[in-house]
Amino acid sequence: MTDAKTASSFEEGLKGASEKVAEFHEDKSALKRVQHWLHQTPSAVPLIVLMVALAVFGILAENFFKAGTLTVILQQIAIVGILGCAQTIVILTAGIDLSVGAIAVFSSVLMGQATFRYGVPAELAIAIGLVLGTAMGAVNGLLIAKMKLPPFIATLGTWQILLSANFIFSANETIRSSDIAAQAPALQFWGGSIQPGGVKILYAVFLMIALVAIMAYVLRSTAWGRHVYATGDDPQAAELAGVPTSKVIIQVYALAGFFCAIAGWVMIGRFGSVSPTASTGQLGNIQSITAVVIGGISLFGGRGSIMGMFFGALIVGVFEMGLRLVGTDPQWTFFLIGVLIIFAVAVDQWIRKVAS
Amino acid sequence: MEPLLKGTNLVKRYGKVTALDHCDFDLYPGEILAVIGDNGAGKSTLIKAISGAVVPDEGEIRLEGRPVRFSSPIEARAAGIETVYQTLAMSPALSIADNMFMGRELRAPGIMGSVFRKLDRPRMEKFAREKLNELGLMTIQNINQAVETLSGGQRQGVAVARAAAFGSKVVILDEPTAALGVKESRRVLELIRDVRARGIPIILISHNMPHVFEVADRIHIHRLGRRLCVIKPGEHSMSDAVAYMTGAKVPDGVVEQA
Repeated sequence: MTDAKTASSFEEGLKGASEKVAEFHEDKSALKRVQHWLHQTPSAVPLIVLMVALAVFGILAENFFKAGTLTVILQQIAIVGILGCAQTIVILTAGIDLSVGAIAVFSSVLMGQATFRYGVPAELAIAIGLVLGTAMGAVNGLLIAKMKLPPFIATLGTWQILLSANFIFSANETIRSSDIAAQAPALQFWGGSIQPGGVKILYAVFLMIALVAIMAYVLRSTAWGRHVYATGDDPQAAELAGVPTSKVIIQVYALAGFFCAIAGWVMIGRFGSVSPTASTGQLGNIQSITAVVIGGISLFGGRGSIMGMFFGALIVGVFEMGLRLVGTDPQWTFFLIGVLIIFAVAVDQWIRKVAS
Repeated sequence: MEPLLKGTNLVKRYGKVTALDHCDFDLYPGEILAVIGDNGAGKSTLIKAISGAVVPDEGEIRLEGRPVRFSSPIEARAAGIETVYQTLAMSPALSIADNMFMGRELRAPGIMGSVFRKLDRPRMEKFAREKLNELGLMTIQNINQAVETLSGGQRQGVAVARAAAFGSKVVILDEPTAALGVKESRRVLELIRDVRARGIPIILISHNMPHVFEVADRIHIHRLGRRLCVIKPGEHSMSDAVAYMTGAKVPDGVVEQA
């Protein structure tokens, strides 16, 4: 009896109705198609903005398109780009990490002090700094995944704790660049450069590009990367589908801490000295969040790509350099970045409506 | 015939509330068993105990005669019991293929898979497309489209296809038609029959009596934390079933305990 396809009586009314069940209605409007395209390629918006910015500054400032100018832009965004890798994976899980700058500065201080105060060989000191940076990130992860603290609050706390611990531990001492160059050149490794045709390119630039490329691969083409997206998209659904979301969150924050420690090492190369008062400690979080948001990564988690973050960091760098070459008041940079942030979030909201 | 899945004397207490009170449960091979009961009767606790989301305090669950004890849905899944949750448990921004393989991704062969952990996208997409086609979800054109761009019925279809593709022993469907329109519900009921036709027994939890009476082979009526009776849809009416589950009427041969 159950095999008979006896529809319930109220379904008699369906007779003569269209047989189609929930088919797609391909929307022909151009705007809808743009929305769908952006939905699938979220890094397209920052790429377009970047191209427009390059074109505009290329016209306005005659020496903008020189190899020297472009490599300086890359050099300027190297640290923000690496912190941005950390911030990207965190924000993809619908979290936020306010402590990225503090971990970077504290890690650089730990590397420097281990070498100069405790006489540890520089290579080992670097390894210690990287491990401790990872541990600081893991603490963030544990607070968020196990104690269920909101990421904003947990990392607001660790930001202050780590930054002050950094001042107390270092006794506010700066290690001078000349001392590092003489005794522990490995600390300054990323400040080295190659100079093809007289154009100086720092190793730090290659490192940043390599990290972005590796993370782009990991996020797109590995199961772990998919789990990061799923955790940020809908944690309950991810958990029921078999994703160990707590573990993913701890791993993400620990990996973010590792990236921050790498950024700390790069800072020594970029600035020469080890300084506990480096501005990255206070501004690193805002700069990296700016790159991520302009890069079209959703603060609500689960959407966006790390390439977008890279374009976002480049946009900031291009604006700073371009406006300086044009000779305007540098405050216009922040004005325009503020406009871009609001634009980027508005576009994100619009793209999210694709489902409806 | 031996039951494929058998629960005996299951007890689950939440503080002073006894959600499962020495409950028995039987699922036979190849059947669609509907579980109905009033709100608060404990049917979702029963389903959670079977799908691994809740560990019963007492009692025993046997799968193919062997005692099993699941401490998480993942363990139940590994044993071949798949659940389609009412919320569907899908990541809206990810693709259909990504969602079907969430938590059990396939890795590429060779060094790319073992060292670089690369996903085998072509194989996952092919498999997902095949499974959707098998269940007649041909209208889905692009396996890489985000789940949130699908309609409610299509999402339900993908969730059922995922469960049917991996559920080698049992598929549990929790209120699969609750959020759907009339036409979409019809399609899901057909999907349920298709899954049974492939030999996989189904546990269907539903409040929709016409749907239950249409597809179920047997109906487990849950009341006050235990199985009140099991009826066959041909032998009882819908109003009987509602009367039994609300306590308005007691089925023949059953003595209701106070």
